[in-house]
Amino acid sequence: MNYEFDWGGIVPALPYLAQGMQTTLILVVVGMTLGISLGCVLAILRIFAPKPIAKLAAGYVNFFRSMPLILTIFWMFFLMPIVLRAITGNPYLSVGAMYSAIVALVLAESAYYCEIIRAGINSVRSGQMAAGKAIGMTTLQCLRWVVLPQALKNMTPALINQSIGLLKDTSLVYVISLNDFLGAAGQMGLRNGQLVEFYLFSAAVYLVICSAGVALVNHLQKKNKQAF
Amino acid sequence: MNYSWDWSVFFKPAVTGEGLYGVLLFDGVLWTLSLSLLSWCLALVLGTLTGIARVSDNPLMRWSSAVYVHCFRNTPLLVQLFLWYFVLPELLPVQWGDYIKQMNPTWNQFLSVVLCLTLYTTAGVAEQVRTGLESIAGGQANAAKAIGLGVWGTHRFVLLPQAFRIVLPSLTSDFMNVFKNSAAALAIGLMELTGQSRQISEFSGHPFESFIAATLIYMTITYLVVVFMRRLEHKMSVPGQMTAGVAH
Repeated sequence: MNYEFDWGGIVPALPYLAQGMQTTLILVVVGMTLGISLGCVLAILRIFAPKPIAKLAAGYVNFFRSMPLILTIFWMFFLMPIVLRAITGNPYLSVGAMYSAIVALVLAESAYYCEIIRAGINSVRSGQMAAGKAIGMTTLQCLRWVVLPQALKNMTPALINQSIGLLKDTSLVYVISLNDFLGAAGQMGLRNGQLVEFYLFSAAVYLVICSAGVALVNHLQKKNKQAF
Repeated sequence: MNYSWDWSVFFKPAVTGEGLYGVLLFDGVLWTLSLSLLSWCLALVLGTLTGIARVSDNPLMRWSSAVYVHCFRNTPLLVQLFLWYFVLPELLPVQWGDYIKQMNPTWNQFLSVVLCLTLYTTAGVAEQVRTGLESIAGGQANAAKAIGLGVWGTHRFVLLPQAFRIVLPSLTSDFMNVFKNSAAALAIGLMELTGQSRQISEFSGHPFESFIAATLIYMTITYLVVVFMRRLEHKMSVPGQMTAGVAH
């Protein structure tokens, strides 16, 4: 191996990398919050709504699960502004890479979250719902006070796993030149002529964050096992 | 909406002079398919071996395969792709690096993506195979040993046939992931289906047609794979055996 590593360039670049990390974290937090909310609605529609609506929700989920995320990002980045311009009648309307990325991530990830939440709700025994109804609760009240709290415990590990996936997926916004952590590392690496060091460094950072998530999942699973 | 739809755009010659737009799109499909099929086959073999190592009696094998799976599952695909494409040639001995850099650029990109997708998917397949192997009752391995089978025979004839039947549905979704992940190839300039549709949208000025075409192609292929795998699951199922919670 003849490559001479020079890690000195990383430290002065840290503030810029931190800005990139901020973008990444915003994408993760917003994607997670909105993705889980939308996923929850979709899951409830798939289980409890009348058949045509449930089918529609299922179609949505299958549609986004069969498409590469990059293609969804392109849809939102290149085509959504055109559609919005036509709807609003404002020919100068622009959306920007950040909002396009958020919309794409939320739409795509909600499909994956939906399947996890659906499995979680189905894992709660049906007698629970019946018991709730027997004491006079409506379906929504049963969900809110009886089923979801139990389902949440079962599906938390899977939800965190999916969110780790979301963190990994956010790096794909590179394709619309949004400066997330990976983008920032790439730029700094190019500027300094130290692509090797910067890409290795970014791999290490992602690995550390994801490992923390995995450790949390393992801890929760152990705790859940003990509880039963 | 004053967008001029024109689906005949795929039968018009591309401004790059590379033939019709439809042909460009078809080229993209071929790249996507060859990337995902090649990586999938390699990952299936390597993933099976890694999965066996994950539950082996040898602590060194168990430990090293666990580290491999952890590292490759917990870094973004794009980062791994950049490591193989930009970083690896710098770290290899100079002559090797030069050889890679002087390669036909398309082949260089293709091989980098195949390497990346293979190693990334191997980690996922290994986890499935491990789950499958762990869910088989311990008596099976003992019985295989008792009738004189070695490590190879035990896995080949007793454990793996059962493990694969159990995890076949999850392997289907793993294959879908390779297929979708192959779109990352456009980040290093390989024009697979997504990249090609983007290029066509720019050259032809018909972004909707080209992205809708790509979306439909992805959906069709996904659908065909799901149908094929359902059939395979049905064909492989052993009467009386439970597979993934579904009694046959």
